[in-house]
Amino acid sequence: MGFNCVVCVKQVPDTKRITANAMKDDGTVNRAALPAIFNPEDMHALEEALAIRDQHGGTVTVVTMGLPTACDVLRESLFRGADRAILITDRRAAASDTLATSYILSCAVKKLNPDIVFCGRQAIDGDTAQTGPQLAQKLGFTLITYVENISEVGLNRIVAKRNVGNGWEVVAAALPVCVTVMDTANSPRPQAAKRIMKFKKARSKAEVAKAITDAAAAEAACGELAGKGLLIDTWTLDDIAADLAWCGRNGSPTKVHKIQSVVLTGGEYKEYPNSDAGVAELVGSLISEHTIG
Amino acid sequence: MANFYTDNDDMQFLVQHMDLARVAGVMEEGFRFHKEFDFAPADAADAVDNYQRILASMGQVAGDDIAPTAADTDEVGNTLNADGSVTRPAGIDRAIKLLGQAQVMGFTLPYRYGGLNCPALVYSMTNEMISRADASLMNIYGLQGIAETINAFASEDIKQYYLPRMASGEWTGAMVLTEPDAGSDLQAVKTRCFQDENGQWVVNGVKRFITNGCGEVLLVLARSEPEISDGRGLSCIVMERNPKVKVRRLENKLGIHGSPTCEIFFDNAPGQLMGERQRGLITYVMSLMNGARIGIAAQALGIGEAAYRVARDYAHSRKQFDTAIENFPAVRELLVDMSLDVQAARAITYHASFCVDLELGALKRLELGDQSTLTADEKKQLRADSRKYKGYNKLLTPMAKYYASEMSMRVSNQSMAVLGGSGYMKDYSVERNLRDARITTIYEGTSQLQVVAAVAGVISGTCKDVIEEMLAKPTKLDAWPADVASLVEHVRYGLGILDEAVAFVKAQNSNVYRDLYARKLVDIGLYLVLASLFCDYATVNEKKKAVARRWLADKLPLIAALKAQILSGDKSIVDDFETLAGPVPVTE
Repeated sequence: MGFNCVVCVKQVPDTKRITANAMKDDGTVNRAALPAIFNPEDMHALEEALAIRDQHGGTVTVVTMGLPTACDVLRESLFRGADRAILITDRRAAASDTLATSYILSCAVKKLNPDIVFCGRQAIDGDTAQTGPQLAQKLGFTLITYVENISEVGLNRIVAKRNVGNGWEVVAAALPVCVTVMDTANSPRPQAAKRIMKFKKARSKAEVAKAITDAAAAEAACGELAGKGLLIDTWTLDDIAADLAWCGRNGSPTKVHKIQSVVLTGGEYKEYPNSDAGVAELVGSLISEHTIG
Repeated sequence: MANFYTDNDDMQFLVQHMDLARVAGVMEEGFRFHKEFDFAPADAADAVDNYQRILASMGQVAGDDIAPTAADTDEVGNTLNADGSVTRPAGIDRAIKLLGQAQVMGFTLPYRYGGLNCPALVYSMTNEMISRADASLMNIYGLQGIAETINAFASEDIKQYYLPRMASGEWTGAMVLTEPDAGSDLQAVKTRCFQDENGQWVVNGVKRFITNGCGEVLLVLARSEPEISDGRGLSCIVMERNPKVKVRRLENKLGIHGSPTCEIFFDNAPGQLMGERQRGLITYVMSLMNGARIGIAAQALGIGEAAYRVARDYAHSRKQFDTAIENFPAVRELLVDMSLDVQAARAITYHASFCVDLELGALKRLELGDQSTLTADEKKQLRADSRKYKGYNKLLTPMAKYYASEMSMRVSNQSMAVLGGSGYMKDYSVERNLRDARITTIYEGTSQLQVVAAVAGVISGTCKDVIEEMLAKPTKLDAWPADVASLVEHVRYGLGILDEAVAFVKAQNSNVYRDLYARKLVDIGLYLVLASLFCDYATVNEKKKAVARRWLADKLPLIAALKAQILSGDKSIVDDFETLAGPVPVTE
């Protein structure tokens, strides 16, 4: 019995190497200033999927949405053992927030009809941890977040251990499910040398078009790559029948209002009396300082 | 996130500088494998790109996955269980699994047996990175020469059975040579092998100090001809681990605790004859040993690199007398000596590996490749290459093993000097590096034996040929640029000194005198080979210019002093031995 596994991965700026140029004036991330890497927790999501495939059979398809340069993370997924890689790229998807991204991903994932969708817990650039859960909601799949271990996958049933911060929760769900995976779940396997040697030549249509300007020659090159299993599938919003109203800037209610550099400073502490009035005062001050609410 | 390839400028420089494309051409036999194996490279650029990618990937495995487990592996060690099985430290078990997944356990094996068909040079680089992470793991990863030997000499049946399993990492190997009374002198091996009444080869005897003797594939050196007492009476038996092979004891060692060192008892243990009878030591083990010596050189290099990095970092951050200790000349001297020592060991180890690839590659093309694709001139060239590099390797392989292993002792010792009391504690890796380093000067032939092997090439003139060839023309330019040409003149001056020393030793016409001054002759030769390599690097790399200058400033006076000693005619070490060494201590 095999499982059809889909892993959603993201290419992110390496925020560990952040510099003063990391942000543009408009408050968005300056991707040019930082090296692009495989989002770390997505690597653990991929490993979880590969381990299930190795044990039970089935396939692992890796999906990413982004510019054609995001094919780097798809190739790396192939080096580590993924069976298929799909790039979703479309100018009209630019400036998508997590809501629009999860909508676009859901349109693509639906086409793949998976048993299990794997996402990393969160990406190191936006740090929202929203895309996985929103994707599950749009797919209508059961969502299991913060997964540290999948102890059982069987006919229409999965059992997973969730890290809930101060303890663990073991949950069972019917398939299909969407899980978000923590970096404590596993240690990703290394890139396999022969797969590196083969799949380093894998290209998406967009990459081929960039390298070969003549359309007919590019078409022929794509055909040759496809014959060798080296063509990375490229899907546009039309290919996945996405409603443009839900994509890109139109579909993204998130607006960056202001960016602040927060410097944490210690100050005097204030004591509130242990009474209803004291608690009300504390909550009131937290709301007024925008700590909560 | 550590990557032992991308963080190592010197290694990356040499990958750029050395002629990997030439090696790739030799390995890939005209890039003919591409049609059969879709991952095999189509041309030299493709192959070199593969090497770089594999190095970067291995660098990540070494840095991220292996290095963090090394201290624990050292602490825990191996355990011999009551049933004779061996439990390895968790870090080693995990590393073997990862290396299998990385598809690098058949690094130099042909594609058809599941290998990567990579050159010895690139394999040495990976050995260095693995050892920098955990020297004891190299004793398992770096034993791929066993598969290589099976590939070179065994029948197709044996190859088909063993090699794919070894390439996948499912099976690891052991070279089973040493016995209680046969260490450096393997001709004295007593373990017997013979064919029983059914024609089955069986082995009887005890082997000692066997690295990874608990591995799944054993290549055993045993006496098949009891009437012949020397090396010509020995054959090689290959066997899969079986109930008739018992690990009786694990050694309690100074270092490389992750590597199980086994005493093995063979009780009519069944195996297969590899290759032909009587060629066990003289052909097969000698070939195995040459590869293993390069492997140990790379292991020592990794240890030295690891120890140096700790010292460099510590000296920069440690403050005494209100300043970082790196600002004191005494500490600077330690650090510069160490840095050059590591770079020199890398230069000689990689150069030796490169020459091994050219020799074996030429031989392979001549013996195994499609002869019809070769023109008469090409054949002639290949024959000449194979002969020339065989001669070079007889010199360079023992030189690399000797230099790199002694370097790892010096550097880990000096690193501890930089760290002082902190280095003596287990808080830093340096004490482990120092313990791990010591064995590299002993196994696969002690430093003293490497000197014996290398001195022949120094006296015969091969060493001079190697240096002259390098001085004739730099790798990447047509002529020496002016600022390097002056350094090259210094090397030539050194060559004159070498000539004088060699002529004097020859004139003594005494093996005793030659043996007595062998190390000093080899040291002069080594310093000059390294000087010529550094001059070559200096033509394209500013930092290496400073390295070449410093090397010559440091070594030329030493060379002169060594010559003075060699020309002294002093034989007191031999003649007055009893007096100078004093009596043998009497124990109650």
